[in-house]
Amino acid sequence: MTIPPPDETTHAMAFTPEDLPTAASFFQPHRILLMIIFAGIVLSAAWFMRWDWLPQYLPKLGWGIVVTLAMLFSTAFLGFLFAVPLGLVQVTGPWPLKLLASGFCTVIRGTPLLLQLWLLYYGLGSLFPQFPEIRNSFLWPYLRESWPYGVAALTISFAAYEGEVMRGAFAGVPAGELEAGRAFGMSRWTVFRHIWLPRAIHRALPTLNGETVLQLKSTPLVATITVIDVYAVISKVRQDTYLTYEPLLLLALIYMCLTGILVILFRKLENRIPTRGA
Amino acid sequence: MADPAPFINWSLLALSPPGWGGVLLSGLFNSIQIAVGGYSLGLLLGVGGAFGKLYGGPILKDLLECYTTIVRAVPELVLILLLYYAGTDLINQALGLVGLPSVDISGLAAGIFVIGVVQGAYSTEVLRGAIKAVPAGQIEAARAFGMSPVKVMGRITLPAMLPYAIPGLSNLWLIATKDTALLAVVGFSELTLVTRQAAGSTKAYLLFFLAAGALYLALTLVSNVFIGIIERRARRGLVKAA
Amino acid sequence: MHKTLKVIALAAAIGISGGIAAQAEQIKVGFAAEPYPPFTSPDASGNWEGWEVEFQKAICAEAKLDCVITPVAWDGIIPALTSKKIDIIIGSMSITEERLKTIDFSDKYYNTPTGVIGPKGVAFEATPEGLSGKTIGVQVSTVHQDYANKYFGENGATVKEYQTQDEANQDLAAGRLDAVQADAIALDAFLKSDQGKECCELKGNVKDDPAILGAGVGIGIRKGEDELKGKLNAAIKAIRENGTYDTFSKAYFDFNIYGE
Repeated sequence: MTIPPPDETTHAMAFTPEDLPTAASFFQPHRILLMIIFAGIVLSAAWFMRWDWLPQYLPKLGWGIVVTLAMLFSTAFLGFLFAVPLGLVQVTGPWPLKLLASGFCTVIRGTPLLLQLWLLYYGLGSLFPQFPEIRNSFLWPYLRESWPYGVAALTISFAAYEGEVMRGAFAGVPAGELEAGRAFGMSRWTVFRHIWLPRAIHRALPTLNGETVLQLKSTPLVATITVIDVYAVISKVRQDTYLTYEPLLLLALIYMCLTGILVILFRKLENRIPTRGA
Repeated sequence: MADPAPFINWSLLALSPPGWGGVLLSGLFNSIQIAVGGYSLGLLLGVGGAFGKLYGGPILKDLLECYTTIVRAVPELVLILLLYYAGTDLINQALGLVGLPSVDISGLAAGIFVIGVVQGAYSTEVLRGAIKAVPAGQIEAARAFGMSPVKVMGRITLPAMLPYAIPGLSNLWLIATKDTALLAVVGFSELTLVTRQAAGSTKAYLLFFLAAGALYLALTLVSNVFIGIIERRARRGLVKAA
Repeated sequence: MHKTLKVIALAAAIGISGGIAAQAEQIKVGFAAEPYPPFTSPDASGNWEGWEVEFQKAICAEAKLDCVITPVAWDGIIPALTSKKIDIIIGSMSITEERLKTIDFSDKYYNTPTGVIGPKGVAFEATPEGLSGKTIGVQVSTVHQDYANKYFGENGATVKEYQTQDEANQDLAAGRLDAVQADAIALDAFLKSDQGKECCELKGNVKDDPAILGAGVGIGIRKGEDELKGKLNAAIKAIRENGTYDTFSKAYFDFNIYGE
């Protein structure tokens, strides 16, 4: 009993390159009117709301954005590395490994990320110091920090969701291509390295856009375990100034810009590697 | 001091005090209540949003596009904070403008509202995709029979798109149950927050987080059984997709 | 169609009037939804208990207010008050100049010193010099956060901010922090717990700075609600004079928590 694959819903939950407007469709009469109204709202927000705190926090905000992006890219990259074997063993592995991998995906995808994060940080993290071997090891200075737990939780989550995608991608590579490779006298390993893996990754690439945007949307959770990302900086502004709307609106704007930039980058990449319809 | 005793004290999970099992279950009940309410509200918004996006005027289409774009580009956690603090405040300010006294919005209603607004954008997209998958000829035929748009929607479009929508909508239900955990950040007593309270009071962090994880997983797996039944029913008479 | 509309309108009207009626009588008492012993902590049956819960019951009885306790997130407690999600804060909130810009306070109802705790076996003092180079945990939006940033953060210590006091204590026990600064009584409750007994001890109280640490703990009220403020002040005075305050305090403390 597995959970249905996520890729159908990913697009519904994440802004992806297909959603980018085209220049031609952008300037229509009613759009110009709407944009004028929107500009009016933005200007009145800038005028009537309190923004005097902004200059003071700009350096921290910049650093917070760097932390958020570092969290996003490191965990998406590591997660993808784990996703490949997770997908592969579910397609061809021996049954104990198959069961283990699909069980892992089900458990991770069936529980909230926030809970996983707290389980790692407060649950597991509080056990470590009870073992003197860990406390005296070279790892301890890292285990004392909070970001390794954030990276671990986000990586595991990305691996589980993308692992499910990779399973479909591996299973979807036509058997004829693999048989053709074998017929050429390639070893199983060569077939895997030169045909199966590249073809599967190629098939999975389009889903990576959506999954990465979803991952960006998950990163602020690490602020709850004291990682100072952009969300945590804004929380600090809220606590220092007792303002609610201004910092949160700015935060929403920052995330929209980050998503927008990410999606435009994906569009550029897609144009280089033709993946759709592959 | 590798004494494992602190985290396998099972009696902490007993259903009646001094065990915290009852508190966890009532937290789970709160989570389910919000998930059901938010999901239903999201479906209503989604049906309206999907039809508006497909058949509405240009301005309505653009406004809905803004709604779904914002929700799909901004983290749920940020949206939940914004809607939780701003949503109820805005309602009261609007009431104040027309001279009505402010209303008291319970935590439950606020929770359902924020989850519903987020889910609404997701289901708009899911349903829009499903409606587009319905062969256009079926809808044109209904129009040719002289059915009103509302009748076409009720008799043709909605029933015909269901098989296409169900996988996406089932995923959204699972997302809704997990998104309720984010309400812990605004102090709502759902499963994740009561779990942390229990863990903090007893210091048995690992035990309580694992127990809550098992409850969430059970909710997901039970949901999957029902989703399977619904899917089989909805797919009756359809050719199985390759 | 019209019938449905009427039903909806009726339901809405009932809902709104119900809301108004409820608000006219009830005072929503806000405090942080987290274990903060010995002041407010949840018990295994989901109820809240502690000294501050007793205090709140006594005040509401004395002022004849119909109080409902409403736990909220600590970092959003002042916005919750100003946006009317709660009506008063009885949550160990110190009266400070900074907060008085946004909200109002009743008279103080307790005042205790500020302490610093650390792991056993590591000797240091609760002074800027003693904490230099160490990582010190505080709860966000507290007077301790401001104090630690000013006195320790600017003298070579790293100040780490936590959403709840309990998380800071947990991280000290887990060895991720070198020290925790907080209310001396709250720290004492932690040091008396099984976990605290094992790991940590009091390193001393910090030097007072009333400008930051405030003039005691008061009930938070929205600005302009002077009638409610008067009622609450009268109630604090009354329970202090008629002995109720001392009666329930004795069950928790063997010293005078009200301060001088």
